Amino acid sequence: MTLTMQKFTTLSSVAAPIMQVNIDTDAIIPSREMKGVTKDGLSVGMFANWRYTDVDARVENPDFILNKPPFRDAEILLSGENFGCGSSREHAVWALKEWGIRCVIAPSFGTIFYGNCVRNGILPVVLAEVTVKAFAAVAERGRETDTLIIDLVNQEVTGPDQDVHAFDIAAADKEMLVEGLDPIGLTLKQDDAILAFREKDKATRPWVYL
Amino acid sequence: MGRTLIQKLWDAHTVADLGDDATLLYMDRVFLHERTGSVSLKGLEAAGRKVRNPEQVFCTMDHIVDTLPGRGDETIMPSGKDFITTTRDAANAAGITLFDIGDDRQGIVHVVSAEQGITLPGLTQVCPDSHTCTLGALGALAWGIGSTEGEHALATKTLAVNKPKSMRVSFDGTLGFGVTAKDMILHLIGEYTASGGVGHAIEFAGSAIRALPQENRFTVCNMAVEFAAFTGLIPPDDTTIEYVHGRPYAPTGKTWDTAVEYWKTLQADDDAAYDKNISIDCADIVPKVTWGTSPGHTGQIDGVVPDPSEAPDANARSSWERALEYMDLKPGQPIEGVPIDAAFIGSCTNSRLSDLREVVKVVDGHRVADGVKAIVVPGSSQVKLAAEAEGIDKALIEAGFEWRESGCSMCFYAGGESFGDQERVISSTNRNFENRQGPRTRTHLASPTSVAASAIAGKIADVRKLR
Repeated sequence: MTLTMQKFTTLSSVAAPIMQVNIDTDAIIPSREMKGVTKDGLSVGMFANWRYTDVDARVENPDFILNKPPFRDAEILLSGENFGCGSSREHAVWALKEWGIRCVIAPSFGTIFYGNCVRNGILPVVLAEVTVKAFAAVAERGRETDTLIIDLVNQEVTGPDQDVHAFDIAAADKEMLVEGLDPIGLTLKQDDAILAFREKDKATRPWVYL
Repeated sequence: MGRTLIQKLWDAHTVADLGDDATLLYMDRVFLHERTGSVSLKGLEAAGRKVRNPEQVFCTMDHIVDTLPGRGDETIMPSGKDFITTTRDAANAAGITLFDIGDDRQGIVHVVSAEQGITLPGLTQVCPDSHTCTLGALGALAWGIGSTEGEHALATKTLAVNKPKSMRVSFDGTLGFGVTAKDMILHLIGEYTASGGVGHAIEFAGSAIRALPQENRFTVCNMAVEFAAFTGLIPPDDTTIEYVHGRPYAPTGKTWDTAVEYWKTLQADDDAAYDKNISIDCADIVPKVTWGTSPGHTGQIDGVVPDPSEAPDANARSSWERALEYMDLKPGQPIEGVPIDAAFIGSCTNSRLSDLREVVKVVDGHRVADGVKAIVVPGSSQVKLAAEAEGIDKALIEAGFEWRESGCSMCFYAGGESFGDQERVISSTNRNFENRQGPRTRTHLASPTSVAASAIAGKIADVRKLR
């Protein structure tokens, strides 16, 4: 069985800047907002401690960027280095995805968060800090027309001034996003190699096999 | 050119080269817990897939389960029971070994996995939990993943992984009086920032690492993820092998001898080259306490809260400013003497028997200061039983500490128990993020002995003065 996820090729959207460094997954989705054994219904808790002035009553903080037009509909986030550091909770990515975020641009990412993005159809783009900050400065003007264009196939981001920036992404990650492929299905195509490895390894490291 | 230990473990687990630095790696062990493992098992079930080799998969209850005496499936956290029962049902259906509530092997996943001998030197191990790097201290290649990758590992026994760069962090020299493994790792993150290890797998080395008892080595590797590293590990030596010997899932007899022979080969080659090298002299380390909202915001007990105007760059300046406002601290204020509301000793960082023994030595007839809520949560039910056999529980309770059942407890606030609004907590845990331990809670990370000394003083205290 091969499951598919949403494919990612190109995207054009305003970008919402949340430019702190080291934004952790506790901030993206606080533990208390992970209320059930589910990947759904998490967007209401996204950035809860920043997005609401009263978390329990869900009173919005008018100063939080995602509560303001045109950023409420932004499909791209801009942030500082080490975005998504901390807890492995994939709920952070599920919350962003459900809210409508399709791409995050930052100078670096928490490793586990990066992998979680790729497996859920969200594109993490690593660009130089100076570029992300320049995008943020433009975005802060708050104009709907200041959009970024993401082209994953050609690995390019086009800025509001038609400035083009190339980015790197591992071939396998790109393929997963562009094709929307299910990685388990892909791996199971190599099942013979996995089983062969196991048989050989059992002879070398018998203590591993409980 | 010689190979690093990481490279050797990588090569030993390579099923297929996927090109472009990606490798299909064989996963020897998968561990799950009820918060994120439950989603993995449910996702797998929904996709109609099965756990391959369930005999090499384990699960425990630690994140959601209460740590108050008399606990059961009901939790203070609303809806917590759903996580517990879903996990139990799914684990039983999948045929994996579960250390359930009431089982004397239950405890925090990374404490239990080592304690039971499930993690062994040279293994690959993943868990949908970022602190899986803790187990690198046994010379295993262990790291945290998301729940979807967890499904992948369960269904296929493999993961497709982009190879990280390598880093060697060498700690040399001797630790000073009152300085612990926790202070070593906080020092590293404080000096090189919370993103200093991004994209790298770390080999911890040097005479000070080799001198550490095994339990303290877990503390060092535990916080590799707070350094943004892929993982951290320590080459196995006699200390490691002695620790593993006789544990329930460790090999025995002739297989043990073969395994030991193999484990002794798990060293970096002398001419191995690393992408990055860091060298730290332990003489420079004094007891550490964080003052901000990132593990990189680390100061020292005899230091002051830094001034954002003196930050090295604009990012640090804005991060420090925000942190000081959140923490309600002023630039130039001495860290020692800041009054606290609570003290917490526990978590996968610092909750093992040796930690608790050191804490009791500090307490030594003193009492927790009036008005301070002080809590000790053993890392596993085995740690709890062993501590009780030594009378550690009695000594702590007499001193005014709460003594709990094992679990993650108040390392984080999941909607159940928490510290009060804006309360200041000194904590032996690993994360001082905003709202981590409760609504607007102000967390100061420190060693368990520094936490104990502070609980007694009612303010952030220098453990060296008390002992």
